[in-house]
Amino acid sequence: MKKLIPLLVVLTVVLAACGGSTPTPAATGGGGLPAEAAAVAAERGLTQDDIYAALKTYTPSGQLDPYIMFSSGGQGGQVLVIGVPSMRILKLIAVFTPESWQGYGYGGSGDETLAGGFMPNGDEIKWGDTHHPNLSETGGEYDGEFLFINDKANARLAVIDLRDFETKQLIKNPNAISDHGGAFVTPNTEYVIEGPQYATPIGWEYATLDEYQAKYRGLITFWKFDRAKGRVDESKSFQIELPPYWQDLCDAGKGPSEGWFFCNSINSEMATGGIESGGEPFEAGTTKNDTDYLHIFNWKKAEEVANSGGAEEINGIKVIRLETAIAEGILYFSPEPKSPHGSDVTPGGEFIVVGGKLDPHVTVYSFQKIQDAIAAGGLDTDTYGVPVIPLDKAMEAQVEIGLGPLHTVFDDKGYAYTSVFLDSVVARWTLGGPYDDKNPEEGWTLVQKLPVQYNIGHIAAAEGDTASPDGNYVVALNKWSIDRFANVGPLLPQNFQLVDITKTGDQMKVIYDMPIGMAEPHYAQIIKADKLKPFEIYPEIGWNPETMSVDPNAVTDPANARVERNGSNVEIWSTVVRSHFTPEHVEIEEGDRVVWHFTSLERTRDATHGFALGGYNINLSLEPGETQTIEFDANKSGTFVFYCTEFCSALHLEMLGYFLVEPK
Amino acid sequence: MQSFLDPDVKVLLPDGSTRRLTDYLLPSALLMLSALLLMISMFLPYWSMRMDAPQYPKGLKVDVYINRLDGDVDEIDALNHYLGMPKLDEGGRFERSISFISIIAFGFLLMAGVFVHNQLAGLLALPALGFPVVFIADLWWILYQYGHSIDPKSALGGAIEPFTPPVLGPGVVGQFGTVASFEPGFYLSLLAVLVMLIALWFHRAAYKPIVDARKKLAASAAQPPRA
Repeated sequence: MKKLIPLLVVLTVVLAACGGSTPTPAATGGGGLPAEAAAVAAERGLTQDDIYAALKTYTPSGQLDPYIMFSSGGQGGQVLVIGVPSMRILKLIAVFTPESWQGYGYGGSGDETLAGGFMPNGDEIKWGDTHHPNLSETGGEYDGEFLFINDKANARLAVIDLRDFETKQLIKNPNAISDHGGAFVTPNTEYVIEGPQYATPIGWEYATLDEYQAKYRGLITFWKFDRAKGRVDESKSFQIELPPYWQDLCDAGKGPSEGWFFCNSINSEMATGGIESGGEPFEAGTTKNDTDYLHIFNWKKAEEVANSGGAEEINGIKVIRLETAIAEGILYFSPEPKSPHGSDVTPGGEFIVVGGKLDPHVTVYSFQKIQDAIAAGGLDTDTYGVPVIPLDKAMEAQVEIGLGPLHTVFDDKGYAYTSVFLDSVVARWTLGGPYDDKNPEEGWTLVQKLPVQYNIGHIAAAEGDTASPDGNYVVALNKWSIDRFANVGPLLPQNFQLVDITKTGDQMKVIYDMPIGMAEPHYAQIIKADKLKPFEIYPEIGWNPETMSVDPNAVTDPANARVERNGSNVEIWSTVVRSHFTPEHVEIEEGDRVVWHFTSLERTRDATHGFALGGYNINLSLEPGETQTIEFDANKSGTFVFYCTEFCSALHLEMLGYFLVEPK
Repeated sequence: MQSFLDPDVKVLLPDGSTRRLTDYLLPSALLMLSALLLMISMFLPYWSMRMDAPQYPKGLKVDVYINRLDGDVDEIDALNHYLGMPKLDEGGRFERSISFISIIAFGFLLMAGVFVHNQLAGLLALPALGFPVVFIADLWWILYQYGHSIDPKSALGGAIEPFTPPVLGPGVVGQFGTVASFEPGFYLSLLAVLVMLIALWFHRAAYKPIVDARKKLAASAAQPPRA
């Protein structure tokens, strides 16, 4: 194989030089292709384009991907970690849904994290509809420290620490029951923003739909992020009350627009549905108007108002009322055509791009024009009194790109890439203004529509929503795969397609299809792999991943492993190392309260152990150096077995112990 | 040397003959250098064992300094426990505890040779001279003890014959290929010995003529001068 590599590299260059050729079978047209490779190509019926794609993506054993993609895990409630360009799944991070491999929600520390996201009355929620992962930023660039993601179904936010790729915090929005435009971060991760979706009264209190305009509200939440603690600080967070327009997707301004925040919305009609009683269904009612409202927030001003007593505390969080937001100049609108989707700020922060699901254009707003219009004053207002900047006063350009434009990402060559749902294409078009000189084409023109299979939703580009996108790759997150993969029954995988965008002009190519057969993801972000600096093993024996420090109940020497009884409370300190638990016999009485601490003494990469206690619904993942605690009532007498669930060594099967619960 | 030392500064021998000052400075300097090399060697590894197996792409290595162990000691201990071998740290504890002070003492003894102008200087150098040999012998003894202290209660303890891991060169333990090597610290201690031997040769070359001259004087004093 090694001998092939130089040949393959040469071939790549040859193919790149004659790029754009119509697909011909490699075996007949493949000048310079080694005989063995040509024979394989002929046997498999591969075209020149196929060979190019293979060479662009094939990643030999031991070679690492230069980019890492964090993808929403959709209704699976998790996050997927994928290598780019190999498109190999590297990991699934358990977030909103219990996950037994990681021992998340089966007795260990994940239980507490999950409980943070339960309903205010303590009711369990054991899944999430993850939508938009957002990496923490410093100066508008991904810094590789944290990842945030929202749960649309229950209006929750998760904080994932990228030192160990584990979820550290779930937080339930106390005043919203659904969200969509989250998570998004400000350029220095001062705030993680959770935008609303379907309007309800604040705190989802009961109100009939007749009271929609009077009582139902949108609500955007600015969660204050404490980077040192790695947690959202609810006490320093605030919300802004909004009209019930179903605010949707958002993005933070940067550079000249830093301090501002932009969201599209989809129901300025304030449709309330009711198809069953002759009302217009939502799908029709919400698409009546030619325009909805782009929401323009001055979040720096909002922060000032929230911190100087301008907010009302509702269910434990500060809420800036709509009239305050209007009076303080926090909120402005501008019309956006039609059934808009996406709200994406250009790398330099000059423009905001909005797609129209039912309009063939992307509409580009100028931040400068918005500011000029605000300064000029004399703006009309909407029903709720929010000043509206006329579209022609805010718009920089419109580019016709096709049917169903949704989301836009950017590269380093002045191109924008918009997912176009109905046409099922990735549209490459040029930015104008300061981006005009970066590519051969004129500004604000459509360059290429690349068909993707099928029904593209979100789109992700390498560092594509930072202040300095990398180019190289775009991933089309297609909702349907139809005939792309072997039939696995009526529930089909999604199709992530990797697109090569290295060449200018109309030279984009699909180079890989990756089935996602565990959920329907929404957004994804792609970070340069070398920005991530995760632990190889936990830094010290006894590390508690929750506190990111040594746990007081850590036991570093098996000689100190022990069982202590205090009345009916039994506390156990266990050590775990290849290939034994200490102690191996734990004898208690029915009805005892058990508090059991485990410390992995391992210092070797990948020497992970599990702890499963059959019959008690317990499974932990104990990574090298980790300490975890479980607590349960021994409510079943009998002879139970605990064993290691992660294949650790030649004597892994022999790594077990007996848990004897004597009947009362 | 010429530019610093005036060639007219000379050493006067009892018989009235003179010798160059450098003849006496050289062995002193070399003895000091030998002591210095020995002391520097304390901060470098003397010996190492490298272990390679399929599931350790970077291999495992333990570096042995005269006073401590470094490297993948925990992992090697974790693996050795299956064989019932003692922890690496348990071997040579006494030697490691006295190593620093001993080497410093050996160094001072070498330097004392600068002020001892007879055969006794060679005696003072003996501990340093013997040190590398003692190190190897002790290492072999520690390795022998590791391989002959198998805990029969361990997973594989009942199944393996006592053995002595090699002091130098390749060996095999389970799926591990091992390579034992001497490291820079040890070679520095050998260099110290070499420098010391050269120093002693020059030491003898410098001071023997004084003794000879004294003998010659004594002999001529015993014989009446010829008329």
